[in-house]
Amino acid sequence: MQQRDFDIVIVGGGGAGLRAAIGAAEHAKEHNTPQRIALLSKVYPMRSHTVAAEGGAAAVTSAEDTHQAHFDDTVSGGDWLVEQGVVDYFVHHAYQELVQMERWGCPWSRKDDGQVQVRRFGGMKTARTWFAADKTGFHMLHTLFQTSLKYPEIERFDEFFVLDLAVHEGAVIGVIALQIATGELTLLRAKAVILATGGAGRLFRFNTNAGIVTGDGMAMAYRHGVALRDMEFVQYHPTGLPGSGILITEACRGEGGILLNKDGYRYLQDYGLGPETPLGKPENKYMELGPRDKLSQAFWQEQQAGRTGKFGDSDVVYLDLRHLGEKYILERLPFICELAKAYINVDPVKEPIPIRPAVHYTMGGIETDPQCETSITGLYAAGECASVGLHGANRLGSNSLTELLVFGRLAGEQASKRAAQTEWADMHLLEAQGDRQQAKLLRLCDGSGSEESWVALKHAMVQAMESGCGIYRTEEGMRHSLETMRQLRARFNKVRVNDTSKIFNTELLECLELECGLDIAEASCLGALERRESRGAHQRLDEGMQKRDDVNYLKHSQVFYQGDGHAELHWQDVDVQFSAPAERAYGDAGKGSKA
Amino acid sequence: MSTDQITTKQITTKHISVKRYLPDSSAEPYWQAYDLPVDDSTSLLDALNHIKEELDSTLSYRWSCRMAICGSCGVMVNGIPKLGCKTFLRDYEGEIRIEPLSHFPVQRDLVVDMEIFLEHLAAVKPYLIDDNPVKPYDPQAPETYQQSPEQLARYKQFANCINCGLCYSACPQFGLNPEFLGPAALTLAHRYNLDSRDHGKKQRMAELNRHDGVWSCTFVGFCSKVCPKHVDPAAAVNQGKVEAAKHTLIALFKG
Repeated sequence: MQQRDFDIVIVGGGGAGLRAAIGAAEHAKEHNTPQRIALLSKVYPMRSHTVAAEGGAAAVTSAEDTHQAHFDDTVSGGDWLVEQGVVDYFVHHAYQELVQMERWGCPWSRKDDGQVQVRRFGGMKTARTWFAADKTGFHMLHTLFQTSLKYPEIERFDEFFVLDLAVHEGAVIGVIALQIATGELTLLRAKAVILATGGAGRLFRFNTNAGIVTGDGMAMAYRHGVALRDMEFVQYHPTGLPGSGILITEACRGEGGILLNKDGYRYLQDYGLGPETPLGKPENKYMELGPRDKLSQAFWQEQQAGRTGKFGDSDVVYLDLRHLGEKYILERLPFICELAKAYINVDPVKEPIPIRPAVHYTMGGIETDPQCETSITGLYAAGECASVGLHGANRLGSNSLTELLVFGRLAGEQASKRAAQTEWADMHLLEAQGDRQQAKLLRLCDGSGSEESWVALKHAMVQAMESGCGIYRTEEGMRHSLETMRQLRARFNKVRVNDTSKIFNTELLECLELECGLDIAEASCLGALERRESRGAHQRLDEGMQKRDDVNYLKHSQVFYQGDGHAELHWQDVDVQFSAPAERAYGDAGKGSKA
Repeated sequence: MSTDQITTKQITTKHISVKRYLPDSSAEPYWQAYDLPVDDSTSLLDALNHIKEELDSTLSYRWSCRMAICGSCGVMVNGIPKLGCKTFLRDYEGEIRIEPLSHFPVQRDLVVDMEIFLEHLAAVKPYLIDDNPVKPYDPQAPETYQQSPEQLARYKQFANCINCGLCYSACPQFGLNPEFLGPAALTLAHRYNLDSRDHGKKQRMAELNRHDGVWSCTFVGFCSKVCPKHVDPAAAVNQGKVEAAKHTLIALFKG
């Protein structure tokens, strides 16, 4: 086993991981404490799923906009299940981070006067979303990756799959990683570790996510006793392509696109988002610019009422951009046009795009404090894998790209501070944990033949998550999904990898990812079942649970791992220091409300 | 994912042959054939995922986003470099032959070693260089540069490269000489050189102007044909040659 020493190890090379690496490097430089930083990714950093974010990144930008307004939108958007101190920090640091990206070369779209352009987004009171056409995540990720090349103190470990954290007496001491190309293990000793491993959208069958979004980092922290918080809140993005689930950005609606049912009717006006706004005149927080949870729920209602159309086997509604005109569509939404043409043979300039909701984002994640530190000393988490408390029960579009900058930087700085006052642990402690991982891999790849198929287990998992924990949920459905996850976890012990090669064994990776998925899927189902109310993205059809219940459930769920036993759930108070819970309303109904 | 997708419309059977290479069990690559159920929407990536899950779990390949933006899944399809996720089996009659990307060392099956590509990218200093900014970035009073839509348009196309490496497989010069920086790296250098906010052209020129820089390009132009994002690296490289020549001339006059 190779052994390496670093001050800071970062797991994940997407937006949050890269921003953390640069943040740590800059912090160390400023304090004249040179630090070595390892950046591990199971892929090459520019393959990370940040690359697929399309619409934009939010920050208070115009003179008329206020931090208070961004705060209020985010708090009510999250149905008050957010940490308000965290949101306050976020809205006050958002703008400087987007400017920093600009200074690093991010090709933000511009106004004629040379200033950065902003666009409307759902659930936001005013236009405050910075964008780079409709490939914002792509440009941010490449800008961050390229900028990271300036820092010789950041050493990349591309295509290293982290198997486990090494933890000793409540503090993280390093990680154990598998080099995918060789199958060899490497022990990386560290004084601080940052998890930036992304979400878990691949728990569900139909999703917008890349194949790598399997929740590995969440599972790693969870297995060491860190709570997974608010895992029942899973965002369905209202506009995915039928068949594949490929994302069609919310920016389509921000730019004025409308949603129609099969009768050509703008059905959102029937779901508390009206009155209908004139064609080509989108209005913030009305109709198509409502939040994602409400829009996906409206789709479900239309589907139940038989007012959705068909595309192949899929029930769909239609996203119509035609009135925006070819020139504007191609300038603002070129990627959408490319995707719709390539994957469903529809030209958005000429036809409405058939779309349907698809799982998109994991609001919950690894619980951290407002400084991104977990309950394990020296272990930090940032970005989609983390639950710092920003999104609550529903994330607003364009808050997450900004999140990975604001909290990626913060996690990097905090880790750098921690590393400066920490010593390495004894390498023997890592070796012992490395040996355990090696033994586990040997067992998985012992060539004894598989009694259980990882493919069958994976399909069972994604089907159960979709049927039990979808847009609307029932006690019975969630109970069944939870039971399924418990059975699947037990069955996983009989899974063996057919491929016994050490070199680029992607079947082994699939199995390891599945094992992670099953653990956190149980947490997600348990949180969902125990939350006996409806809030944000968690909507129940059960009698007496169809409304928000602040008396009993203005609380974060925390799920704790119990090994082979059943996971345990606790409740945690929510920080409501600035804004008392109020009714969450959009359209005309939300006119008088503060947010 | 793949198996769930293959449920619509007419399903037919297609025959694909994949070049396998398993260095720890056989020294030589070999061809393996698979018969697959496909419909009108089946991409090559869907097909590979179907093989992996239903037919042969030992097949290795890279993939991730399945929407032609992450750049992972480049392979040769009947000798042409393509993204697996944006290649549809409906467009192929007869046998389809899949190989790893040309001109890169093969690690296993369809997985190639991309290290040299990454090294070439890093060599051209692909980041904004502004050593003496008029107003340094100050987080307390953050201020952007000004950049007009016209200034943005000058380099925007060249900023759309997804680093998939298809252009390197298309480039005969890179095939002959892996030290050649190659289309994507030269395009990225050009992207920053054209950026009105950047002042790093001089620093990049040394790298671009050497033999393995722009001058190794013989303008075959196949790189631009295979680019899945229409970045047109051939144009970038040849504009780069003009810049490099200017740089040399100016250096001569300055003595």
